[in-house]
Amino acid sequence: MTQSRIVLGPDEIARALTRIAHEILEANHGPKDLVLLGIPTRGVHLAERLAARLTDITGEDFAARTGALDITMHRDDLRARPTRAPHPTRIPAVGIDDQVIVLVDDVLYSGRTIRAALDALSDLGRPRAVRLAVLVDRGHRELPIRADSVGKNLPSARSEHVSILLDEVDGEDAVVIEDGAA
Amino acid sequence: MKHLLTAALPRDEAIALLDLAEDMHQIQDRDVKKLPALRGRTVVNLFFEDSTRTRSSFEIAGKWLSADVINVSGKGSSASKGESLRDTGLTIAAMGVDGVVVRSGSSGAPALLADWIGRPVVNAGDGTHEHPTQALLDAFALRRRIHGADASRGKGLDGVRVAIVGDIAHSRVARSNALLLPALGAAVTLVGPPSLLPPPAADGTRLGVRAETSLDAVIAEQPDALMLLRVQLERQAGKVAPSPAEYITGWSLTDERLARLPKAQIMHPGPMNRGLELSSRAADGEASTVLEQVTAGVSVRMAVLYSLLASDQGGSR
Repeated sequence: MTQSRIVLGPDEIARALTRIAHEILEANHGPKDLVLLGIPTRGVHLAERLAARLTDITGEDFAARTGALDITMHRDDLRARPTRAPHPTRIPAVGIDDQVIVLVDDVLYSGRTIRAALDALSDLGRPRAVRLAVLVDRGHRELPIRADSVGKNLPSARSEHVSILLDEVDGEDAVVIEDGAA
Repeated sequence: MKHLLTAALPRDEAIALLDLAEDMHQIQDRDVKKLPALRGRTVVNLFFEDSTRTRSSFEIAGKWLSADVINVSGKGSSASKGESLRDTGLTIAAMGVDGVVVRSGSSGAPALLADWIGRPVVNAGDGTHEHPTQALLDAFALRRRIHGADASRGKGLDGVRVAIVGDIAHSRVARSNALLLPALGAAVTLVGPPSLLPPPAADGTRLGVRAETSLDAVIAEQPDALMLLRVQLERQAGKVAPSPAEYITGWSLTDERLARLPKAQIMHPGPMNRGLELSSRAADGEASTVLEQVTAGVSVRMAVLYSLLASDQGGSR
Protein backbone atom coordinates (compact mmCIF):
# COMPACT_ATOMS: atom_id res chain seq x y z
CA MET A 1 0.00 0.00 0.00
CA THR A 2 1.30 3.44 -0.87
CA GLN A 3 1.93 5.70 2.10
CA SER A 4 1.85 9.44 1.55
CA ARG A 5 2.35 12.30 3.94
CA ILE A 6 2.25 16.05 3.61
CA VAL A 7 5.58 17.59 4.55
CA LEU A 8 4.72 21.24 3.76
CA GLY A 9 1.28 22.85 3.87
CA PRO A 10 0.10 26.12 2.32
CA ASP A 11 1.31 28.35 5.18
CA GLU A 12 4.75 26.76 5.24
CA ILE A 13 5.09 27.12 1.46
CA ALA A 14 4.09 30.79 1.71
CA ARG A 15 6.62 31.43 4.49
CA ALA A 16 9.37 29.60 2.58
CA LEU A 17 8.75 31.73 -0.52
CA THR A 18 8.81 34.94 1.53
CA ARG A 19 12.11 33.91 3.06
CA ILE A 20 13.55 33.01 -0.37
CA ALA A 21 12.49 36.44 -1.69
CA HIS A 22 14.41 38.12 1.14
CA GLU A 23 17.43 35.88 0.57
CA ILE A 24 17.50 36.76 -3.13
CA LEU A 25 17.49 40.49 -2.31
CA GLU A 26 20.10 40.08 0.40
CA ALA A 27 22.51 38.12 -1.79
CA ASN A 28 22.08 40.65 -4.61
CA HIS A 29 22.34 43.71 -2.31
CA GLY A 30 18.95 44.90 -3.54
CA PRO A 31 16.75 44.47 -6.60
CA LYS A 32 19.17 45.81 -9.23
CA ASP A 33 19.38 43.73 -12.46
CA LEU A 34 17.47 40.76 -11.05
CA VAL A 35 15.54 38.62 -13.54
CA LEU A 36 13.47 35.61 -12.42
CA LEU A 37 13.07 32.68 -14.82
CA GLY A 38 10.81 29.82 -13.80
CA ILE A 39 11.30 26.34 -15.25
CA PRO A 40 7.98 24.94 -16.57
CA THR A 41 5.61 24.02 -15.35
CA ARG A 42 5.52 24.60 -11.61
CA GLY A 43 8.72 26.63 -11.48
CA VAL A 44 6.96 29.29 -13.56
CA HIS A 45 4.20 29.69 -10.96
CA LEU A 46 6.74 29.77 -8.14
CA ALA A 47 8.70 32.49 -10.00
CA GLU A 48 5.51 34.51 -10.35
CA ARG A 49 4.79 34.15 -6.65
CA LEU A 50 8.33 35.23 -5.79
CA ALA A 51 7.95 38.19 -8.15
CA ALA A 52 4.81 39.32 -6.31
CA ARG A 53 6.69 39.21 -3.02
CA LEU A 54 9.69 41.07 -4.45
CA THR A 55 7.34 43.74 -5.79
CA ASP A 56 5.75 44.08 -2.34
CA ILE A 57 9.11 44.36 -0.63
CA THR A 58 10.90 46.67 -3.06
CA GLY A 59 8.11 48.55 -4.86
CA GLU A 60 9.74 47.65 -8.19
CA ASP A 61 7.68 45.99 -10.94
CA PHE A 62 9.02 42.46 -10.82
CA ALA A 63 6.26 41.09 -13.05
CA ALA A 64 8.14 42.78 -15.90
CA ARG A 65 11.33 41.01 -14.79
CA THR A 66 9.90 37.51 -14.62
CA GLY A 67 9.64 34.90 -17.37
CA ALA A 68 9.84 31.22 -18.20
CA LEU A 69 12.75 29.13 -19.46
CA ASP A 70 11.83 25.86 -21.16
CA ILE A 71 14.54 23.23 -21.08
CA THR A 72 12.89 20.42 -23.07
CA MET A 73 15.15 20.72 -26.10
CA HIS A 74 18.23 20.60 -23.88
CA ARG A 75 17.31 17.53 -21.87
CA ASP A 76 19.77 14.63 -21.90
CA ASP A 77 17.02 12.00 -21.89
CA LEU A 78 15.07 13.00 -25.02
CA ARG A 79 15.91 9.73 -26.72
CA ALA A 80 15.04 7.52 -23.82
CA ARG A 81 11.60 9.00 -23.16
CA PRO A 82 8.48 9.39 -25.32
CA THR A 83 8.49 12.61 -27.31
CA ARG A 84 7.95 15.58 -25.02
CA ALA A 85 6.10 18.69 -26.06
CA PRO A 86 8.05 21.78 -25.06
CA HIS A 87 6.59 24.74 -23.19
CA PRO A 88 6.94 28.36 -24.26
CA THR A 89 10.02 30.28 -23.19
CA ARG A 90 9.26 33.87 -22.19
CA ILE A 91 12.20 36.20 -21.71
CA PRO A 92 11.40 39.59 -20.10
CA ALA A 93 11.94 42.67 -22.25
CA VAL A 94 15.14 43.58 -20.36
CA GLY A 95 16.70 40.41 -21.78
CA ILE A 96 19.27 38.34 -19.93
CA ASP A 97 22.57 39.89 -21.01
CA ASP A 98 24.41 41.28 -17.95
CA GLN A 99 21.43 40.55 -15.70
CA VAL A 100 21.47 38.44 -12.56
CA ILE A 101 19.26 35.48 -13.43
CA VAL A 102 17.49 33.59 -10.68
CA LEU A 103 16.34 30.19 -11.95
CA VAL A 104 13.28 28.99 -10.05
CA ASP A 105 12.15 25.36 -9.89
CA ASP A 106 10.00 23.26 -7.63
CA VAL A 107 12.27 20.31 -6.79
CA LEU A 108 16.03 19.97 -7.01
CA TYR A 109 16.91 16.29 -7.43
CA SER A 110 19.54 14.92 -9.85
CA GLY A 111 20.54 18.42 -11.03
CA ARG A 112 20.05 17.45 -14.67
CA THR A 113 17.21 19.91 -15.21
CA ILE A 114 19.41 22.75 -14.00
CA ARG A 115 22.27 21.58 -16.23
CA ALA A 116 19.86 21.76 -19.17
CA ALA A 117 18.65 25.19 -18.02
CA LEU A 118 22.23 26.52 -17.94
CA ASP A 119 22.73 25.30 -21.51
CA ALA A 120 19.43 26.84 -22.60
CA LEU A 121 20.45 30.15 -21.00
CA SER A 122 23.80 30.25 -22.74
CA ASP A 123 22.02 29.99 -26.10
CA LEU A 124 19.97 33.07 -25.21
CA GLY A 125 22.71 35.38 -24.01
CA ARG A 126 25.29 35.99 -21.31
CA PRO A 127 23.97 36.76 -17.84
CA ARG A 128 26.29 38.40 -15.30
CA ALA A 129 25.45 35.64 -12.84
CA VAL A 130 23.01 32.76 -12.49
CA ARG A 131 21.45 31.80 -9.14
CA LEU A 132 19.11 28.98 -8.25
CA ALA A 133 16.08 29.00 -5.95
CA VAL A 134 14.05 25.84 -5.32
CA LEU A 135 11.13 25.05 -3.07
CA VAL A 136 12.41 21.59 -2.15
CA ASP A 137 15.88 20.05 -2.26
CA ARG A 138 15.52 16.29 -1.97
CA GLY A 139 19.18 15.38 -2.49
CA HIS A 140 20.57 12.59 -4.72
CA ARG A 141 22.54 14.96 -6.95
CA GLU A 142 24.14 13.42 -10.05
CA LEU A 143 25.93 16.61 -11.11
CA PRO A 144 27.95 19.24 -9.22
CA ILE A 145 25.04 21.66 -8.79
CA ARG A 146 23.60 23.30 -5.67
CA ALA A 147 20.86 25.80 -4.92
CA ASP A 148 21.42 29.29 -3.50
CA SER A 149 18.02 29.37 -1.81
CA VAL A 150 16.07 26.34 -0.62
CA GLY A 151 12.56 26.38 0.83
CA LYS A 152 12.92 23.03 2.52
CA ASN A 153 15.66 20.42 2.61
CA LEU A 154 13.88 17.11 2.35
CA PRO A 155 16.12 14.07 2.78
CA SER A 156 14.43 11.29 0.84
CA ALA A 157 15.03 7.82 -0.44
CA ARG A 158 15.29 7.37 -4.20
CA SER A 159 12.33 5.02 -4.02
CA GLU A 160 10.18 7.79 -2.60
CA HIS A 161 8.27 10.19 -4.80
CA VAL A 162 8.13 13.89 -3.95
CA SER A 163 5.17 15.82 -5.41
CA ILE A 164 4.75 19.57 -5.34
CA LEU A 165 1.13 20.65 -5.60
CA LEU A 166 0.45 24.28 -6.45
CA ASP A 167 -2.87 26.06 -6.38
CA GLU A 168 -2.44 27.36 -9.97
CA VAL A 169 -2.09 23.83 -11.38
CA ASP A 170 -3.38 21.41 -8.79
CA GLY A 171 -5.95 23.45 -6.86
CA GLU A 172 -4.04 23.28 -3.58
CA ASP A 173 -0.64 24.04 -2.09
CA ALA A 174 1.25 21.10 -0.61
CA VAL A 175 4.50 19.16 -0.71
CA VAL A 176 3.73 15.45 -0.52
CA ILE A 177 6.13 12.56 -0.12
CA GLU A 178 4.99 9.12 -1.20
CA ASP A 179 6.55 5.79 -0.44
CA GLY A 180 7.37 4.30 -3.81
CA ALA A 181 7.83 0.77 -2.48
CA ALA A 182 4.17 -0.08 -2.84
CA MET B 1 3.12 9.74 -35.42
CA LYS B 2 5.75 7.56 -37.06
CA HIS B 3 5.87 9.22 -40.49
CA LEU B 4 4.39 12.36 -42.00
CA LEU B 5 2.96 11.16 -45.31
CA THR B 6 -0.34 13.01 -45.44
CA ALA B 7 -1.94 16.19 -44.15
CA ALA B 8 -5.00 14.16 -43.13
CA LEU B 9 -4.32 14.59 -39.43
CA PRO B 10 -6.80 14.51 -36.57
CA ARG B 11 -7.56 17.99 -35.28
CA ASP B 12 -5.80 17.56 -31.92
CA GLU B 13 -2.68 16.17 -33.54
CA ALA B 14 -2.58 19.01 -36.07
CA ILE B 15 -3.00 21.64 -33.36
CA ALA B 16 -0.30 19.99 -31.24
CA LEU B 17 2.08 20.14 -34.22
CA LEU B 18 1.23 23.80 -34.87
CA ASP B 19 1.76 24.62 -31.19
CA LEU B 20 5.10 22.81 -31.27
CA ALA B 21 5.96 24.90 -34.33
CA GLU B 22 5.14 28.01 -32.27
CA ASP B 23 7.76 26.89 -29.74
CA MET B 24 10.24 26.33 -32.56
CA HIS B 25 9.34 29.72 -34.04
CA GLN B 26 10.90 31.44 -31.01
CA ILE B 27 14.32 30.52 -32.39
CA GLN B 28 13.83 33.22 -35.03
CA ASP B 29 14.38 35.87 -32.35
CA ARG B 30 17.59 34.36 -31.06
CA ASP B 31 21.22 35.13 -31.74
CA VAL B 32 22.15 31.46 -31.42
CA LYS B 33 19.83 29.58 -33.77
CA LYS B 34 20.64 26.13 -32.52
CA LEU B 35 18.85 23.65 -30.31
CA PRO B 36 20.51 20.37 -29.32
CA ALA B 37 17.43 18.15 -29.54
CA LEU B 38 18.52 16.11 -32.60
CA ARG B 39 22.24 16.04 -31.90
CA GLY B 40 23.74 12.90 -33.37
CA ARG B 41 20.76 12.27 -35.68
CA THR B 42 21.24 12.16 -39.44
CA VAL B 43 18.53 13.27 -41.86
CA VAL B 44 18.71 12.73 -45.61
CA ASN B 45 16.87 15.07 -47.95
CA LEU B 46 16.17 12.79 -50.90
CA PHE B 47 14.91 15.06 -53.67
CA PHE B 48 14.06 13.53 -57.02
CA GLU B 49 12.47 16.79 -58.19
CA ASP B 50 13.77 20.32 -58.38
CA SER B 51 13.12 22.29 -55.25
CA THR B 52 14.91 25.19 -53.67
CA ARG B 53 12.68 26.43 -50.91
CA THR B 54 11.38 23.15 -49.55
CA ARG B 55 14.79 21.51 -49.58
CA SER B 56 16.60 24.44 -47.98
CA SER B 57 13.76 24.86 -45.47
CA PHE B 58 14.12 21.22 -44.38
CA GLU B 59 17.88 21.62 -44.33
CA ILE B 60 17.73 24.68 -42.09
CA ALA B 61 15.14 23.03 -39.85
CA GLY B 62 17.33 19.97 -39.36
CA LYS B 63 20.47 22.00 -38.78
CA TRP B 64 18.83 24.31 -36.25
CA LEU B 65 17.91 21.17 -34.30
CA SER B 66 21.57 20.04 -34.52
CA ALA B 67 20.91 17.09 -36.84
CA ASP B 68 23.36 16.33 -39.61
CA VAL B 69 21.55 16.95 -42.89
CA ILE B 70 22.67 15.46 -46.19
CA ASN B 71 21.12 16.45 -49.50
CA VAL B 72 20.77 13.84 -52.22
CA SER B 73 19.27 15.09 -55.43
CA GLY B 74 17.76 12.91 -58.14
CA LYS B 75 19.92 14.45 -60.80
CA GLY B 76 23.45 13.13 -60.65
CA SER B 77 22.49 10.39 -58.19
CA SER B 78 22.27 6.69 -58.93
CA ALA B 79 18.54 7.17 -59.65
CA SER B 80 19.57 8.74 -62.92
CA LYS B 81 21.58 5.59 -63.59
CA GLY B 82 18.41 3.51 -63.34
CA GLU B 83 18.40 2.50 -59.67
CA SER B 84 14.93 1.85 -58.30
CA LEU B 85 13.39 3.93 -55.53
CA ARG B 86 13.49 0.89 -53.28
CA ASP B 87 17.20 0.28 -53.82
CA THR B 88 18.03 3.96 -53.34
CA GLY B 89 16.02 4.01 -50.11
CA LEU B 90 17.54 0.82 -48.76
CA THR B 91 21.04 2.04 -49.62
CA ILE B 92 20.51 5.27 -47.74
CA ALA B 93 18.95 3.44 -44.81
CA ALA B 94 21.90 1.04 -44.72
CA MET B 95 24.22 3.99 -44.13
CA GLY B 96 22.55 4.43 -40.76
CA VAL B 97 20.47 7.53 -41.32
CA ASP B 98 17.70 8.24 -38.80
CA GLY B 99 15.12 9.84 -41.08
CA VAL B 100 14.43 10.55 -44.74
CA VAL B 101 12.71 13.58 -46.25
CA VAL B 102 11.58 12.67 -49.73
CA ARG B 103 10.36 14.72 -52.69
CA SER B 104 9.29 12.76 -55.72
CA GLY B 105 7.43 13.28 -58.95
CA SER B 106 5.61 10.00 -58.33
CA SER B 107 2.48 10.14 -56.21
CA GLY B 108 2.77 7.61 -53.39
CA ALA B 109 6.56 7.23 -53.46
CA PRO B 110 7.03 8.41 -49.83
CA ALA B 111 4.49 5.87 -48.55
CA LEU B 112 6.27 3.06 -50.37
CA LEU B 113 9.61 4.23 -49.01
CA ALA B 114 8.19 4.32 -45.48
CA ASP B 115 7.17 0.67 -45.82
CA TRP B 116 10.53 -0.37 -47.16
CA ILE B 117 13.11 1.34 -44.99
CA GLY B 118 11.69 1.06 -41.47
CA ARG B 119 12.50 4.55 -40.27
CA PRO B 120 10.67 7.86 -40.24
CA VAL B 121 9.81 9.33 -43.64
CA VAL B 122 8.54 12.85 -44.31
CA ASN B 123 6.67 13.52 -47.53
CA ALA B 124 8.10 16.73 -48.96
CA GLY B 125 5.78 16.61 -51.96
CA ASP B 126 4.86 13.61 -54.11
CA GLY B 127 3.62 14.15 -57.64
CA THR B 128 0.11 15.56 -57.72
CA HIS B 129 -0.76 13.85 -54.44
CA GLU B 130 0.25 15.64 -51.23
CA HIS B 131 2.58 18.17 -49.65
CA PRO B 132 1.72 17.97 -45.95
CA THR B 133 4.37 20.33 -44.55
CA GLN B 134 3.18 23.00 -46.99
CA ALA B 135 -0.38 22.67 -45.67
CA LEU B 136 0.91 22.80 -42.09
CA LEU B 137 2.92 25.95 -42.74
CA ASP B 138 -0.05 27.54 -44.52
CA ALA B 139 -2.23 26.75 -41.49
CA PHE B 140 0.47 28.08 -39.16
CA ALA B 141 0.87 31.39 -41.01
CA LEU B 142 -2.90 31.83 -41.39
CA ARG B 143 -3.57 31.00 -37.74
CA ARG B 144 -1.09 33.72 -36.71
CA ARG B 145 -2.80 36.26 -38.99
CA ILE B 146 -6.28 35.39 -37.75
CA HIS B 147 -5.63 35.10 -34.00
CA GLY B 148 -2.46 37.17 -33.64
CA ALA B 149 1.06 35.83 -33.19
CA ASP B 150 0.81 35.68 -29.39
CA ALA B 151 -2.70 34.24 -29.21
CA SER B 152 -2.57 31.34 -31.68
CA ARG B 153 -1.62 28.49 -29.38
CA GLY B 154 -4.22 25.81 -28.91
CA LYS B 155 -6.53 27.30 -31.53
CA GLY B 156 -7.83 25.99 -34.84
CA LEU B 157 -9.19 27.88 -37.82
CA ASP B 158 -12.84 27.56 -36.89
CA GLY B 159 -15.14 29.45 -39.21
CA VAL B 160 -12.27 30.81 -41.31
CA ARG B 161 -13.23 30.82 -45.00
CA VAL B 162 -10.36 30.02 -47.36
CA ALA B 163 -10.52 30.05 -51.15
CA ILE B 164 -7.81 28.08 -52.97
CA VAL B 165 -7.43 29.33 -56.53
CA GLY B 166 -5.77 27.90 -59.61
CA ASP B 167 -4.72 24.56 -61.00
CA ILE B 168 -6.39 22.44 -58.33
CA ALA B 169 -6.24 19.17 -60.27
CA HIS B 170 -2.44 19.11 -60.49
CA SER B 171 -1.79 20.65 -57.07
CA ARG B 172 -0.57 18.62 -54.12
CA VAL B 173 -0.68 21.85 -52.12
CA ALA B 174 -4.43 22.16 -52.77
CA ARG B 175 -5.06 18.52 -51.87
CA SER B 176 -3.13 18.69 -48.60
CA ASN B 177 -4.82 21.96 -47.65
CA ALA B 178 -8.23 20.54 -48.55
CA LEU B 179 -7.51 17.79 -46.01
CA LEU B 180 -5.90 19.82 -43.24
CA LEU B 181 -7.76 23.12 -43.15
CA PRO B 182 -11.26 21.60 -42.75
CA ALA B 183 -9.92 19.41 -39.93
CA LEU B 184 -8.95 22.65 -38.21
CA GLY B 185 -12.45 24.02 -38.70
CA ALA B 186 -11.95 26.14 -41.82
CA ALA B 187 -14.38 26.21 -44.75
CA VAL B 188 -12.43 25.63 -47.95
CA THR B 189 -13.60 26.52 -51.46
CA LEU B 190 -11.61 25.41 -54.48
CA VAL B 191 -11.70 27.80 -57.44
CA GLY B 192 -10.34 27.19 -60.90
CA PRO B 193 -11.03 26.70 -64.59
CA PRO B 194 -13.27 23.65 -65.15
CA SER B 195 -10.41 21.88 -66.93
CA LEU B 196 -8.19 22.28 -63.85
CA LEU B 197 -10.64 21.09 -61.19
CA PRO B 198 -10.47 17.47 -60.04
CA PRO B 199 -13.51 15.31 -60.87
CA PRO B 200 -16.47 15.70 -58.51
CA ALA B 201 -17.51 13.05 -56.04
CA ALA B 202 -21.08 11.72 -55.93
CA ASP B 203 -22.11 14.50 -53.52
CA GLY B 204 -20.70 17.20 -55.83
CA THR B 205 -17.69 18.02 -53.68
CA ARG B 206 -14.18 17.90 -55.06
CA LEU B 207 -11.37 16.69 -52.77
CA GLY B 208 -14.10 16.59 -50.15
CA VAL B 209 -14.81 20.32 -50.26
CA ARG B 210 -16.84 22.81 -52.28
CA ALA B 211 -15.61 23.83 -55.72
CA GLU B 212 -16.49 26.83 -57.89
CA THR B 213 -15.39 28.03 -61.29
CA SER B 214 -15.95 31.78 -60.92
CA LEU B 215 -13.33 33.63 -58.90
CA ASP B 216 -15.39 36.80 -59.06
CA ALA B 217 -18.36 35.04 -57.46
CA VAL B 218 -16.15 33.72 -54.64
CA ILE B 219 -14.58 37.15 -54.13
CA ALA B 220 -18.09 38.56 -53.70
CA GLU B 221 -18.45 36.25 -50.67
CA GLN B 222 -15.48 38.04 -49.04
CA PRO B 223 -13.38 35.04 -47.98
CA ASP B 224 -10.95 35.52 -45.07
CA ALA B 225 -8.03 34.24 -47.10
CA LEU B 226 -7.26 33.70 -50.75
CA MET B 227 -4.57 31.14 -51.55
CA LEU B 228 -3.22 31.46 -55.08
CA LEU B 229 -1.56 28.35 -56.48
CA ARG B 230 1.31 28.43 -58.88
CA VAL B 231 0.34 27.74 -62.48
CA GLN B 232 2.46 24.65 -62.96
CA LEU B 233 3.69 25.05 -66.47
CA GLU B 234 5.98 22.02 -66.13
CA ARG B 235 3.17 19.69 -64.99
CA GLN B 236 0.41 20.43 -67.48
CA ALA B 237 2.59 20.69 -70.59
CA GLY B 238 0.10 22.93 -72.37
CA LYS B 239 -2.46 20.17 -72.73
CA VAL B 240 -5.43 21.19 -70.67
CA ALA B 241 -5.01 24.70 -69.39
CA PRO B 242 -6.60 27.88 -70.55
CA SER B 243 -4.10 30.18 -72.20
CA PRO B 244 -2.26 32.64 -69.95
CA ALA B 245 -4.50 35.44 -71.21
CA GLU B 246 -7.64 33.45 -70.39
CA TYR B 247 -6.23 32.52 -67.00
CA ILE B 248 -5.53 36.15 -66.13
CA THR B 249 -9.00 37.20 -67.23
CA GLY B 250 -10.74 34.58 -65.13
CA TRP B 251 -8.55 33.54 -62.20
CA SER B 252 -5.66 35.93 -61.61
CA LEU B 253 -5.71 38.15 -58.52
CA THR B 254 -5.35 41.40 -60.43
CA ASP B 255 -5.17 44.86 -58.85
CA GLU B 256 -8.82 45.29 -59.73
CA ARG B 257 -9.86 42.08 -57.93
CA LEU B 258 -7.55 42.88 -55.01
CA ALA B 259 -9.44 46.15 -54.51
CA ARG B 260 -12.61 44.12 -53.93
CA LEU B 261 -10.91 42.16 -51.11
CA PRO B 262 -10.04 44.78 -48.50
CA LYS B 263 -9.79 42.31 -45.60
CA ALA B 264 -8.57 38.99 -47.03
CA GLN B 265 -5.14 37.50 -46.34
CA ILE B 266 -3.30 36.82 -49.60
CA MET B 267 -1.36 33.56 -49.59
CA HIS B 268 0.87 31.87 -52.15
CA PRO B 269 3.07 28.80 -51.67
CA GLY B 270 5.67 30.09 -54.10
CA PRO B 271 7.46 30.36 -56.37
CA MET B 272 5.18 33.09 -57.72
CA ASN B 273 4.58 33.94 -61.35
CA ARG B 274 3.91 37.65 -60.88
CA GLY B 275 1.30 38.93 -63.27
CA LEU B 276 -0.09 35.44 -63.85
CA GLU B 277 -1.45 34.15 -60.51
CA LEU B 278 -1.42 37.53 -58.81
CA SER B 279 -0.32 41.09 -59.34
CA SER B 280 2.78 42.53 -57.71
CA ARG B 281 0.56 44.75 -55.59
CA ALA B 282 -1.19 41.65 -54.24
CA ALA B 283 2.11 39.83 -53.69
CA ASP B 284 3.81 42.68 -51.86
CA GLY B 285 0.90 44.33 -50.03
CA GLU B 286 0.15 44.36 -46.29
CA ALA B 287 -2.27 41.46 -46.71
CA SER B 288 0.34 39.20 -48.31
CA THR B 289 1.56 36.36 -46.11
CA VAL B 290 4.06 35.06 -48.67
CA LEU B 291 7.24 35.68 -46.68
CA GLU B 292 5.60 34.71 -43.39
CA GLN B 293 4.73 31.39 -45.03
CA VAL B 294 8.40 30.86 -45.85
CA THR B 295 9.48 31.63 -42.28
CA ALA B 296 6.70 29.41 -40.95
CA GLY B 297 8.02 26.59 -43.14
CA VAL B 298 11.22 26.33 -41.12
CA SER B 299 9.34 26.27 -37.79
CA VAL B 300 6.80 23.70 -38.98
CA ARG B 301 9.52 21.43 -40.38
CA MET B 302 11.47 21.72 -37.11
CA ALA B 303 8.32 20.60 -35.32
CA VAL B 304 7.86 17.65 -37.69
CA LEU B 305 11.50 16.51 -37.46
CA TYR B 306 11.45 16.87 -33.68
CA SER B 307 8.22 14.87 -33.39
CA LEU B 308 9.52 12.04 -35.56
CA LEU B 309 13.15 11.85 -34.52
CA ALA B 310 13.74 13.14 -30.99
CA SER B 311 12.68 10.01 -29.12
CA ASP B 312 13.73 6.42 -29.64
CA GLN B 313 10.34 5.43 -28.30
CA GLY B 314 8.39 6.85 -31.18
CA GLY B 315 6.03 9.71 -31.37
CA SER B 316 3.57 9.17 -28.55
CA ARG B 317 3.35 12.44 -26.73
